[in-house]
Amino acid sequence: MSSFIKSTKEANQIVIIETDGYLNNEGGEAISAICYEKIKGGQHKFLINMAGTKVVNSIGVSILIEIIEKLQEVDGKIGYYNLAPIVAKTFNIMGLTKYSTVFATEEEAVGAL
Amino acid sequence: MKKPTVELKLPILPNMELIATQTAEVIARHMNLTEDQSGEISMALIEACINAFEHSKTDSNVFIHFLIEEDSLVMKVIDQGIGFDKTKVEIPKIENKIGKEERKRGWGLQLIQELMDSVEFESNSDGTTVTMKKNIKH
Repeated sequence: MSSFIKSTKEANQIVIIETDGYLNNEGGEAISAICYEKIKGGQHKFLINMAGTKVVNSIGVSILIEIIEKLQEVDGKIGYYNLAPIVAKTFNIMGLTKYSTVFATEEEAVGAL
Repeated sequence: MKKPTVELKLPILPNMELIATQTAEVIARHMNLTEDQSGEISMALIEACINAFEHSKTDSNVFIHFLIEEDSLVMKVIDQGIGFDKTKVEIPKIENKIGKEERKRGWGLQLIQELMDSVEFESNSDGTTVTMKKNIKH
């Protein structure tokens, strides 16, 4: 597993992925590899805990758009929490918040997704 | 008095843009910028560097100049690549990318323009200079 992925766990049939470091193309691909494997296994809800990711680039975030697209095919959902302000702003500018949700905490996210 | 300037020379290697953001963070602290301002500057810088690395189609170094002014920070990202025509760059919209064949990337210029107060592009066959300015509200 990529060092960008700090941990994965499941709660309420939601796969929770905790990241650590720079969300670039490699980071994005590490997230997508887990999501696509879990989708094949029948899971359709994902949360990304980004507390450890203070820096992103648009290539890494674009890979999240690919995951959103894939999840639309299976009526799935993805959300994020613990975002740094600039990461939340980047998601907003790129339009991810139209197709996925930013939550404040894991508790809120698990309850709402 | 001459304005303080910081200059970097970056080789085109993976993640070299993070050197630029680390420098930007030091300058942001020196200028007493807010966390939001610092984040916006770093994000715009990352995107400008990636564009220079990916699209200049050259092995030459990329130069970054930080000009510290009384009420603003100006950053110039300079490459010696083949140049580009900004009028041919489409404004990306996620609605045009989700569920369509269109590639998901191509957000760099949009992010830079949204995050900075002014952006200028000078480009020709000898290279491109992106000049980004953030006004400082103390």
